[in-house]
Amino acid sequence: MSSVDEVANEAPAVEAVPKRAMTLGYGTSLVVLALLIIGPMFVKNFIVFQMTMLLIYALAVLALNILTGGSGQFSLGQSAFYAVGAYTSAILMEHMGVNYALTLPIAGIICFGFGFLFGQPALRLSGIYLALATFALAVAMPQLLKLGFFEHWTGGVQGLVVTKPDAPFGLPISQDRWLYYFTLVVSIGIYIASVNLLKSRSGRAFMAIRDNEIAASAMGVDVALYKTLAFGVSAGITGVAGGLGAIAVQFVAPDGYTITLAISLFLGMVVGGVGWLPGSIVGSAFIIFVPNIAEHISKGLSGAVFGVLLFLVIFLVPHGARQVAIVAQQLIGKLKK
Amino acid sequence: MRSATIRSAAFWTALVTFAVTNGSALAQKKYDTGATDTEIRIGHIVPYSGPASAYGVIGKTEEAYFKMVNENGGINGRKIKFVSYDDAYSPPKAVEQVRKLVESDEVLVVFNPLGTPSNSAIQKYLNSKKVPQLFVATGATKWNDPKHFPWTIGWQPSYQSEALIYAKYVMKEKPDAKIVVLYQNDDFGKDYVKGLKDGFGAKASMIVAEESYEISEPTIDSHIVKLKATGADVFISITTPKFAAQAIKKLAEIDWKPMHILSNVSISVGSVIKPAGFENAQGILSAAYAKDAADPQWQDDPGMKKFLALLDKYYPEADRLNSSVVYGYGAAQTLAKILEMCGDDLTRANIMKQAANLKDFTPDTLLPGVKINTSATDFAPIEQLQMMRFKGEKWDLFGDVISGDAGH
Repeated sequence: MSSVDEVANEAPAVEAVPKRAMTLGYGTSLVVLALLIIGPMFVKNFIVFQMTMLLIYALAVLALNILTGGSGQFSLGQSAFYAVGAYTSAILMEHMGVNYALTLPIAGIICFGFGFLFGQPALRLSGIYLALATFALAVAMPQLLKLGFFEHWTGGVQGLVVTKPDAPFGLPISQDRWLYYFTLVVSIGIYIASVNLLKSRSGRAFMAIRDNEIAASAMGVDVALYKTLAFGVSAGITGVAGGLGAIAVQFVAPDGYTITLAISLFLGMVVGGVGWLPGSIVGSAFIIFVPNIAEHISKGLSGAVFGVLLFLVIFLVPHGARQVAIVAQQLIGKLKK
Repeated sequence: MRSATIRSAAFWTALVTFAVTNGSALAQKKYDTGATDTEIRIGHIVPYSGPASAYGVIGKTEEAYFKMVNENGGINGRKIKFVSYDDAYSPPKAVEQVRKLVESDEVLVVFNPLGTPSNSAIQKYLNSKKVPQLFVATGATKWNDPKHFPWTIGWQPSYQSEALIYAKYVMKEKPDAKIVVLYQNDDFGKDYVKGLKDGFGAKASMIVAEESYEISEPTIDSHIVKLKATGADVFISITTPKFAAQAIKKLAEIDWKPMHILSNVSISVGSVIKPAGFENAQGILSAAYAKDAADPQWQDDPGMKKFLALLDKYYPEADRLNSSVVYGYGAAQTLAKILEMCGDDLTRANIMKQAANLKDFTPDTLLPGVKINTSATDFAPIEQLQMMRFKGEKWDLFGDVISGDAGH
């Protein structure tokens, strides 16, 4: 049992993530989807860009959610996978002239391999020790990207500028809007695949490992395989998010993928609700918008204000957005009666 | 400040007279997004949080400067609205904040954004939007590229021009020197090393060893010991403040007395030399373009008096020994100058035109003799530095103001 669950057990009204509770109902899903589709048509390009980043970070949070919420393994090293994905896309686009859309699956596959390999030694570690090992990965990554050996490809400390794609077939929409809808399609695809993954045999194996490793292995689950697989899938999705991020931001540099990013993603997962996939987008919104709000309140103390806001969230709704959603559901249920 | 009031009063009289006698004058007012009859909106990003948050004081100093400008009637009657956001020294965040400035706050220019990675991230965007990326706060050489990036212009001397000056000096003073270089493994350090090598040209073989350190290393002692072992007699320290102080201390500890050249980013007496010990720092060489507020020789300097008066009134909690505060003042003053020169033609194109049209402009905080000059092909405003040597408890400037034009 992970320590997140232990901490979370204090709060009433939330069970140990039954399978159904991992997703939204059809009605709610459609409403959210409609908002995501229609929303950007009426706002400025800047907001569209922010919404694109929202989806991209949501993907990265979702990936961590599969790993932690699904298979019960911690990772503070998601920024490393994100960086690998971003650099893969950027290098393929800028040095080899590969179409941006094609770079994403490649980034995903490379990161899957990377994560799967990293999952092997990580098997020996659990809980906070695994968190530390992944932390090391996140700390090492920016420096690895600066290495002179790779500099020809990565641009070293100067980073790489990425060209933003135009809308295809001469569609009369701006680059930002096109990229938003492109990201939306990719995100929905990955979301559906993730939900199905967690509902499948493999997903049940993940959760069995999360709840009790010994019991899972007694039931015939190949613990080593599924643990590394969870790492691989999580890294792969993070890689795709990184690739999309590189295209949206139009720039990759080692300073963009520091440990701060990894911690933000972790934070997003906790705020969104561990193990609740739709919460990823709420968590993503938290890590994008709350620092801006904090800055608005006080420039010199933005970090402190952010800390207070975070503390309030953890204190009042320890299960994050999932808890809010459940309470809302119960309220609506009462009203119907 | 009185002269500013008089100047603006004189200007108003002139403008009113002009408007009365010549009705068409008003019709000549031209604005782009971000400028009106009463206001000019200036966008700004700097890390107020994160690993480089020490630079946040630049933003605060600039804010203080514009507050002062506004209380004295603004620029050509228009108040400055200074919108400053935190980018936490993260390129993706910089892009988000700059887009917010341009598309949501609708600023006229993005002024003095800090950091090479952040500026690299926003350069393409701002140039495609034709929004001035004015006086970037980084010493990388690449900002002086008007042909490819006509909307980006630097401000401070580039690291390469500074390195060139050191190379010239060493070749003159010690033509048969054995040089070792210690540098920080990032864009700052690497740009510098390139400048050194360019400066030495065919004589680059004088550099017998290079060592790089990571900003995350707790101490650089082992690098220093290694460099001493080469038997070199010139030590060039391309280090940021914390490491510069460590190097000065370690050199004294192991009794190694080469000619010690220190990069300009670490010349602060308050945060580098004093902690390292004055007795250990005697004879260190460096170059400067701005006055040091801690240096008693500027006590009666009218420019520095204005600077201190500003801090007293508008930013009293500022650390006067912090060179970033001096920096912010100089940059803000340069912007104010440009906006003044623009008159009523506050279009983005005209701002770039005026920024590239500075002739011998000297902000209060620059060394006497250092002048800002730009032209349509020269987007590197400050290119001059003066060599100096540490003696007693302060820097002694010597020699002429030298130009380190890295050229293009």
